[in-house]
Amino acid sequence: MSYQVNEKGYYGDFGGAYIPEMLYPNVEELRSTYLNIMNEPSFKEEFDQLLRDYVGRPSPLYYAKRLSEKHNTKVYLKREDLNHTGAHKVNNTIGQILVAKKLGKNRIIAETGAGQHGVATATVCALMGIECIVYMGEIDIKRQAPNVARMKMLGAEVRPAKSGSKTLKDATNEAIRDWINNPVDTHYIIGSAIGPHPYPDMVTRFQSIISEEIKWQLKEKEGRENPDYVVACIGGGSNAAGTYYHFLDEPSVGIIAVEAAGKGVNSGESAATSQLGKEGIIHGCKTLLMQTPDGQITEPYSISAGLDYPGVGPLHSHLYKTGRGEFYSVTDDDAMTAGLELSQLEGIIPAIETSHALAIFNDKQFKPDDIVVISLSGRGDKDLNTYIDYFKL
Amino acid sequence: MNRINTALEQDKKLLSIYFTAGYPSLNDTKKIIQDLEKSGVDMIEIGLPFSDPLADGPTIQESSTVALKNGMTTKLLFEQLADIRQSVKIPLIIMGYFNPMMQYGVEAFCAKCQEIGIDGLIIPDLPVAEYHEQYQETFEKYGLINVFLITPQTSEERIRFIDSVSNGFIYMVSSASVTGSTSGFGNTQEAYFERIANMNLKASQIVGFGISDNETFTQATKTAKGAIIGSAFINNLTNNGVESIDNFIKGIR
Repeated sequence: MSYQVNEKGYYGDFGGAYIPEMLYPNVEELRSTYLNIMNEPSFKEEFDQLLRDYVGRPSPLYYAKRLSEKHNTKVYLKREDLNHTGAHKVNNTIGQILVAKKLGKNRIIAETGAGQHGVATATVCALMGIECIVYMGEIDIKRQAPNVARMKMLGAEVRPAKSGSKTLKDATNEAIRDWINNPVDTHYIIGSAIGPHPYPDMVTRFQSIISEEIKWQLKEKEGRENPDYVVACIGGGSNAAGTYYHFLDEPSVGIIAVEAAGKGVNSGESAATSQLGKEGIIHGCKTLLMQTPDGQITEPYSISAGLDYPGVGPLHSHLYKTGRGEFYSVTDDDAMTAGLELSQLEGIIPAIETSHALAIFNDKQFKPDDIVVISLSGRGDKDLNTYIDYFKL
Repeated sequence: MNRINTALEQDKKLLSIYFTAGYPSLNDTKKIIQDLEKSGVDMIEIGLPFSDPLADGPTIQESSTVALKNGMTTKLLFEQLADIRQSVKIPLIIMGYFNPMMQYGVEAFCAKCQEIGIDGLIIPDLPVAEYHEQYQETFEKYGLINVFLITPQTSEERIRFIDSVSNGFIYMVSSASVTGSTSGFGNTQEAYFERIANMNLKASQIVGFGISDNETFTQATKTAKGAIIGSAFINNLTNNGVESIDNFIKGIR
């Protein structure tokens, strides 16, 4: 069983490039060049240097002593929350802005839901002096005012997506339309491990620095490279893909994915794609997605704006279908409680997306000597208002 | 012979109209098709609405949103079209995104199309390679012509490949854009139309995107076999209602 993308862009039954002909030249240009570009020594050097000096990598692998005691197992937290801009998203935007430069593009577009990927994209565009346009659902713009202000301060233009449900999936549609209308000078920085091939693979490779570091960091601390489990939350699935990547072919490492159940998997307000989704096509790839029996894409719900995407990356659909990944879904309430628990046990306020991964202890009992690495994908500053409202702080 | 091929053999420029099924009202589908034929249209593209139409601009997206709110589904569209061949003779094509077809079942969808008398399909997000490898046999088994798009950015090599797997016409997108976003054709488009005409392709070309009136129709069909009007027709339905169809079509040619 392979968990790598094949030459046609598929992970098992999932992936591919279901795009209109108008996008073909752009996507084909990327497909035929991305691996060569990423393997160039000058590219690697610049990417590594920026991750080190600008992002602040390697991010620490932190042994969470009190959390471990509480749950009677050994928990390590991979501290992506300490990255510049506060989440794992920047690993990918640094990589893609360098690819865009190699391709001679001078205009960047991106989609964003909560604004984290938008901020990470605006940041690297400022760094490189490249024009940046971020599409964001009109409703999300109202909900996420601080991130909108950040993007503007970084010099990006934030364009409201006014179509459909006016949220992340519509922002993605608008970004794709922009790319259709600007086929020559523009690169589209997709923020998750989704989209037409080669995006899921390219984003996964840029995020794979997470598991690459876990391996040597764990070796230093525990004398072995492989933990018993790696755990990550999944919306589209970029932090999860990066956290799993170097363990995919290590059968001794359990892969755990935590989705957002919202108000409950069967409440009608959920984003648990593996449980509620069916195979279909969303934003250019064949994958599991939430849809009506008639094939119309439905609007998901989660208290976490970064997890309410109606699909999941094709790699994750493959991990689900083959049984390589264990999938759990966590409600808003359980996630919020887990976020509070981490704050008070370890002095780390996590992003609400990450809080979902931390709620895994409700559903799974690990053995006392298991080593469990959880991707702490983002910090909670951006979610303070949601925490305040929820806990009446 | 497939009605599309018969139409393409006629010694005239073809006018094709796109509309979204279920818009403006849920049960307008049949009347719109009948009125279009009466007013002299040569071919019709019936849009199967989708929640996330990537290649479409605001006009078609909005009409799709309304149609879905009105209650349009794949099954209902097939019901509305069940006896359409008792009254309509011109080629009918269903244009829609691939996901709703997948959910209906690609083979069941094609079988239903044949049963009704649909002549072809246009599926913008089903790439030619995927079609060729996975679906061509099924489409052909049910006598359906699949129509592919080319754009000003499509390479000559790829156009030749698309031509080789096309058994009807090639949908020539006039400019790098989503639907409904250009007004008028300039030198760039004329050069592109000329370049494609000089390739002497096996399949005829019909131009779409950016055609809204007599002037753009005439320009587009100078070298191409025909032209497709979508967004402009839908805007006309929105502003002037289904009663205005004849008037709108008479204004085009």
